[in-house]
Amino acid sequence: MTTQERQIPGMFTGLFAMTRRDLLLAWKRPGDVLNPLFFFAMVCTLFPLAVGPSAEQLEFSGPGVLWVAALLSTLLSLNSLFLSDFEDGSLDQLLVSPQPLPVLVLGKTLAHWLTSGVPLVIVSPLLAITYRMPPSVIGVMMLTLLLGTISLSLLGSIGAALTVGLHRGTALLSLLILPLAMPIMILGANAVSLAASNDVYTTGIWALGAYAIASLSLAPYATAAALRISNE
Amino acid sequence: MWTWFHKLASPPHFYRTAAILSPWLAMPGLALIAWGAWQGLFVVPMDYQQGDAFRIIYVHVPSAYLSLMAYMIMATSGAIGLIWRMKLAHAVAASAAPIGAAFTFLALATGSIWGRPMWGTWWEWGDPRMMSELILLFLYFGYMALRSAIDDTAKADKASAVLALVGIVNVVIVHFSVEWWSSLHQGQTVFKKGTMDAEMKTALLIMILGFTLLFGAMLLRRIRTEVLYRERRTRWVREMILSPEGGS
Repeated sequence: MTTQERQIPGMFTGLFAMTRRDLLLAWKRPGDVLNPLFFFAMVCTLFPLAVGPSAEQLEFSGPGVLWVAALLSTLLSLNSLFLSDFEDGSLDQLLVSPQPLPVLVLGKTLAHWLTSGVPLVIVSPLLAITYRMPPSVIGVMMLTLLLGTISLSLLGSIGAALTVGLHRGTALLSLLILPLAMPIMILGANAVSLAASNDVYTTGIWALGAYAIASLSLAPYATAAALRISNE
Repeated sequence: MWTWFHKLASPPHFYRTAAILSPWLAMPGLALIAWGAWQGLFVVPMDYQQGDAFRIIYVHVPSAYLSLMAYMIMATSGAIGLIWRMKLAHAVAASAAPIGAAFTFLALATGSIWGRPMWGTWWEWGDPRMMSELILLFLYFGYMALRSAIDDTAKADKASAVLALVGIVNVVIVHFSVEWWSSLHQGQTVFKKGTMDAEMKTALLIMILGFTLLFGAMLLRRIRTEVLYRERRTRWVREMILSPEGGS
């Protein structure tokens, strides 16, 4: 008599199934992806209206404005990272699944980055041109955004996990994540500023890469722990 | 040999021990602060560069040091609470946060008052230490906001402990990124002082010691209140309150 071993799919199968599911969900609800992008564009429009449209002003403040806008629009999309799963109960299924929770969380975060960070990087040159950024600097800016949004998604997933299911979640999430995300913005925006003034900007890029790797290896565990705590 | 430690972790025992310990920290603390303040404000000679304005460091330096120390205590006891499920540790973390935030604010306020005559401005965005301290204050606010947003105490304890631990990794990164950032922006006013006068230094060390003792006493008092509130439904609290002494 042989007992049938229950076959549990491998770790990577779980990870990519998670990513695929979230990407599909995003595809069905394009507003969730597009709204943060419109928000990003609007914040970039607010600054010239507030501080004046002179060319020097725009060139000088461009990198900073784009980065602040990117940070804020990522925050906007983070709120819904675990929300729908929490509401329809699929989050409970994730918590009891035989797959390691940090891996599943990484899958969700990967999907979040693909639907928030990557579109942001793709749209950013359009706005950078309006800020009179030269093509070489635009390249640097896209690179910093690409690396920075990885860290933002991962760091933000911790905050989203801590605040999931709370009434005042949105404002609280910003309060928790903004001070933690400040270094990413400092590194990114200043690397672009340095590139704009023909200075050595690689320090910022390396530091952003290091930050991304560090958060890639640590953040999923913190997010998983936070999810377990908020769903006790 | 560790029994005293385990005993300390029991709320009723801690509640009583803290009551005995707290005045023994507060009284020498206040005495040292009084003596250090008198030394610092009246005895120690004027700084040849900064005049009398430098005297604010006798409040500023201890506050800045305690703002970091309180965060360390908050995060460490949060970790202890998470790992060993020690309830008292979470009470310590919850009590340390407001005191830490208060000292952070005090450090920022005294720094800003000192900056007015020295740098000619109340606030200098280019100074890396001011920026790090401000971000630390925001971290405290976030921590306390998360705590108050979660109704269930046990859940609030654990969630805020995770946040404090994530924050402590980040405090280091914040420090270095702000340092790098300010080195790009005309590295303003990084005060390179020579060796400090021995008299000045003694008074400062006394103030730091006094502030630390007072901080310990304040922390103990807060933890006692916190423990009492958390254990309000237990038997020992009821018995203590109903006892002839009424509990003290």
